[in-house]
Amino acid sequence: MAKPFLQIKNLAVDFATRRGVVHAVDDININLNKGEVIAIVGESGSGKSVTAYSILNLLGNNGKIAKGSITFDGMNLENPSASLLKDIRGREIAMIFQNPMSTLNPIRKVGDQLSDMLRQHAQATNQTAPRKVIELLHKVEIQDTRRVTNAYPFELSGGMCQRVMIALALACNSRLLIADEPTTGLDVTTQKSIMDLIMGLVKHRNLAVILITHDLGMAYQYCDKFVVMEKGQVVEACDDHSLFTSPQHSYTKKLLAATPGISSKVEHLTPTVPVELSKPAVEIEKKELLKVEGLVKTYILKSQGGFKSQGNTFNAVDGVNFTIYQGECVGLVGESGCGKSTTSRLIARLEQPSEGRILFLGEDIGQVSDRDFIRSPRRKDIQMVFQDPTGSLNPRHSAFQLISEPILRLQKDFNKANLKDQVYQLAEKVGLPLELIYRLPHQLSGGQKARVGIARAIALNPKLLILDEPTSALDVSVQAIVLQLLEHLRREHNLSYLFVSHDLNVVRMLSQRILVMQSGKIVESGETAEVMSKPKHLFTKTLLAAIPQLAS
Amino acid sequence: MLAVPSLIGVIVVAFVLTRSLPGDPAVYFAGITADEESIAQIREQLGLDKSIFHQFIVYCKNLTQGNLGVSLNTGQSVASELSARFPASLELTLTGLALALMAAIPLGILAAVNPNTWIDHLCRIFVTAGASTPIFFSGLLLVFVFYYLLGWAPSPIGRLDFFYLSPPKVTGFYTIDAMINGDFETAAAAAKQLILPAITLAIFALAPIARMTRSAMLTAMGSEYVKAATANGIDRRKIIFVYALRNAMLPLLTIMGLVFSYLLGANVLVEKVFSWPGIGSFAVDALVASDFAAVQGFILVMAVMFVVLNLVIDILYTLVDPRVSIDG
Amino acid sequence: MGDLLLNKKVVRNTDTKLDPELSQHSQNSATPEQHDWRQQTWYILSQNPISMFSIVLFLIFILVGITGPFWVPFDPIASDTSIALQAPSFLHLFGTDHLGRDVFSRVVVATRLDLWIALSAVSISALVGTSLGCLAGYFGGWYDRIIGRIADTILAFPLFVLAMGIVAVLGNSLTNVIYATALINIPFFIRVARAEVTIQRNHQYVQAALLSGNTHLRTLVFHIFPNCLPALMVQMSLNMGWAILNAAGLSFIGLGVRPPVAEWGIMVAEGANYIISGEWWLVLFPGLILMLAVFCFNLLGDALRDLVDPQKRT
Repeated sequence: MAKPFLQIKNLAVDFATRRGVVHAVDDININLNKGEVIAIVGESGSGKSVTAYSILNLLGNNGKIAKGSITFDGMNLENPSASLLKDIRGREIAMIFQNPMSTLNPIRKVGDQLSDMLRQHAQATNQTAPRKVIELLHKVEIQDTRRVTNAYPFELSGGMCQRVMIALALACNSRLLIADEPTTGLDVTTQKSIMDLIMGLVKHRNLAVILITHDLGMAYQYCDKFVVMEKGQVVEACDDHSLFTSPQHSYTKKLLAATPGISSKVEHLTPTVPVELSKPAVEIEKKELLKVEGLVKTYILKSQGGFKSQGNTFNAVDGVNFTIYQGECVGLVGESGCGKSTTSRLIARLEQPSEGRILFLGEDIGQVSDRDFIRSPRRKDIQMVFQDPTGSLNPRHSAFQLISEPILRLQKDFNKANLKDQVYQLAEKVGLPLELIYRLPHQLSGGQKARVGIARAIALNPKLLILDEPTSALDVSVQAIVLQLLEHLRREHNLSYLFVSHDLNVVRMLSQRILVMQSGKIVESGETAEVMSKPKHLFTKTLLAAIPQLAS
Repeated sequence: MLAVPSLIGVIVVAFVLTRSLPGDPAVYFAGITADEESIAQIREQLGLDKSIFHQFIVYCKNLTQGNLGVSLNTGQSVASELSARFPASLELTLTGLALALMAAIPLGILAAVNPNTWIDHLCRIFVTAGASTPIFFSGLLLVFVFYYLLGWAPSPIGRLDFFYLSPPKVTGFYTIDAMINGDFETAAAAAKQLILPAITLAIFALAPIARMTRSAMLTAMGSEYVKAATANGIDRRKIIFVYALRNAMLPLLTIMGLVFSYLLGANVLVEKVFSWPGIGSFAVDALVASDFAAVQGFILVMAVMFVVLNLVIDILYTLVDPRVSIDG
Repeated sequence: MGDLLLNKKVVRNTDTKLDPELSQHSQNSATPEQHDWRQQTWYILSQNPISMFSIVLFLIFILVGITGPFWVPFDPIASDTSIALQAPSFLHLFGTDHLGRDVFSRVVVATRLDLWIALSAVSISALVGTSLGCLAGYFGGWYDRIIGRIADTILAFPLFVLAMGIVAVLGNSLTNVIYATALINIPFFIRVARAEVTIQRNHQYVQAALLSGNTHLRTLVFHIFPNCLPALMVQMSLNMGWAILNAAGLSFIGLGVRPPVAEWGIMVAEGANYIISGEWWLVLFPGLILMLAVFCFNLLGDALRDLVDPQKRT
């Protein structure tokens, strides 16, 4: 039998770090033929990127291939000579990275970067380069080539930069393309067009492709073969889509369950339905908790000289109205920069609204300045769960200190003897193992940090909890558990949530009602089922279309 | 033009500072034999009998006309004193800076390209030792070795050995003026005098430049765009010099102002060790004698230098970094 | 309650399986943070002999500074012109100066004075500069503009010249040398503190602290400031070096410390006249020790930075 086009055999990669040698991946076997598209799926730390980087020997100074072989079209790449690397990189094997804005040289014109590439690999001479650059840009469907060639990366949008990166990768008719999370960091609406572009180009040229992704939906949609990785090892490999219908390994099953599809429910995000979510949820009485009327936040834009100029203002939040009932979860969805985070900070009273009223149980808390609100009795009623589980925990405080902080500061009848019990109870409530309670944040996993953040937020039995992208920094399997925890807490304690997220599909599972926000305004609102099945606004429709389809 | 408020600050501080120098300039001016009356007369002449605020207004008015007052020490106008001595300091500082840049940038690159190897450690020790050496000590050591022991350098007294006549003034830089004049012997002699003090300054300035180059290069080399360029097979040499180095120049440029100001301060000591007739030694003499017009003049020259320098750096910055626009 | 606990177990178990870090952590259960910390410090030091060297050198300087005056072989200010300008010998390790004083004894005794000047100057500037920088970084706006201008104005002077001017105005004394040295170091602390606070302020734990009922000032002092300390420690160590250099430079041109007091800068100045005639030991030994002290603080700053943040080392 002929050798596959790309063969990775028993690959092991080691990194020398301050804490000794780390075995990043071990015993990896991957085969890929011409024209095939393979997905390497895994969560952070699974070693999926390391595997791909080792093909081009991009492991940095401290990483090395400890074992195994990589054969590409008869060439051995596990220990390549400098001249072989020079021939392979960019010419035979090309790469596309995540965060396109930072993968282009920020101070070199896009056209020059493209012609660097062409001339490096003798695809063009100084004379022919400009023409070839324009041809390349046409191939990635960029129309105003003149502007783009003369632009610096910061003058282009993220999607545009990624198109340029694709043009770079395809400049030399390479035969293998490695795409490392090519759409991470882009807005959902751009993601689809970029992936369609890549796949159209590779199908046309019969390229072999390795797609590295954390997103099972994307893998399902675009790939023929699948490799699932966990903790540096391949746990399951599958040559067809049966991976999604009959997964073999328990990790794959977990991952599949945790990836939300268009109709999945929060209780089904784990293979077994948790007991506390087995009972159906109670109906919500329409008792008003929060009413926001005509909320506006205006920022004064600084002119270039650093002086404030008149009239140069920007409404981050532009006349927002909505209501949250007691015990209800309201989802607030929008893309980056739409004003959803500002809205959440205004309601959490971390910022001062420019106009409008924030009625909390009938009392206008927008009148109290954000400085005085700390002393308001309402402070403990409105709490927040933050996006970044690492950044939102003071790195010098232990989990115990973090959870006890609001109790020490805000609880009136606080009793020192009870503090320990109180914190332990909270930890139990959020499922944080008590043996971890004196650890510092960096000694906790992402999921555990999220639990600490939630425990802190519910320490004073708040009435309203603002969830600001609470799972967007987490892996899907951890996200599933955190979502279930949040849902359980809401049902158990009749909490009200304002769930802010860019991901309609995640918000949908928890929310009774949904608000869709665009450019500071709410463009659509309604019952979740209603919005999902019959979206009215064009933007809502685009968001819905961007949800990856996972057949299950 | 962000330097303008600083400039105003400097003018005010210079005024306040010099007015609080101990000693009465009127007494000094009038001489030892003067009586009360003539002192009062001179005080009136100098405007010292007016309120401090009035003095400040007069001072600012004079400034706009380029009048810096008269030095008590030398009896000459401060402006002419400074303009005679300024080129000497500038020639020395710029030569020192140029030497430092020529040595430090390659060292920084070398260290960044081989991080945590013995090359890196050696570079680090070398430049740190340079920055740790008191400038008067390294100057004296160089004099001892190259003048006393080896006899390669001329005696450390001023800009030119007394065998030579100073060249006609064009730029004020002896080496350049002599060459313009076609007198290469004098140019060589001036260069010989210049080299030791310039090296002394350069040793001192090595560390900040080399370290900034190293760290900026390391950041650039570890960046996503260098990784992408490597994956795309761009030549390593091109990655280092076109992709990484140009990006690394940006943080380096921002500290150049500080390094230059650092060197101007160090100049004072170097000029003392090498008897260099620059504005640094002039300022030391003026300070000791409470010669306030001279001190003020000196501080202002320094401040103007600072503003000009920052302007040059801003312009260079916009040339290198497209993200900053010139009207910004 | 029992029911609830049981339910929790379901959730927790799932997490354990999905969580690669948890299993690792539970294995080294013995006070993981201490273990980590010590192990890492030791690893970094053993990997970097220069850092180790700087720490040992630092301890030696401190020891000499404290005990030096008690064990020096000769009186550092007793002059005896009959033995003037003797080259280094077994009796006079570093030779004798133009007044016949023992250079070794003077160098050793000077340690305390030089370290004291540097330490007090840096303490003052760290205190003032850090407070101002923290305020500017946290509250921004006018605070930031005014404090920024102050720092810029100080930096617009060649710093050594400014120090000279201040000593000349305030009067030629040791205390004033300390004040002057403190003043010119303030902008560096303002800058570092401001930059650190600006970075820390954008972390969400700050908002979390405010939500937990901390006032702005309390958040700044108890939550943000401790996280800036490592960077400030590094700056302090580096500034100790500069402060020693600055004070020695001032006494070299005759400001501050006055003869016959033993101080490294003044000893080099006194020896300068003899170097052209070949009496090198007058300059070499005090200069060398001075350099070594500054070198030590600079390397120590590096070592601290390396411990605190390996990425930032320059």
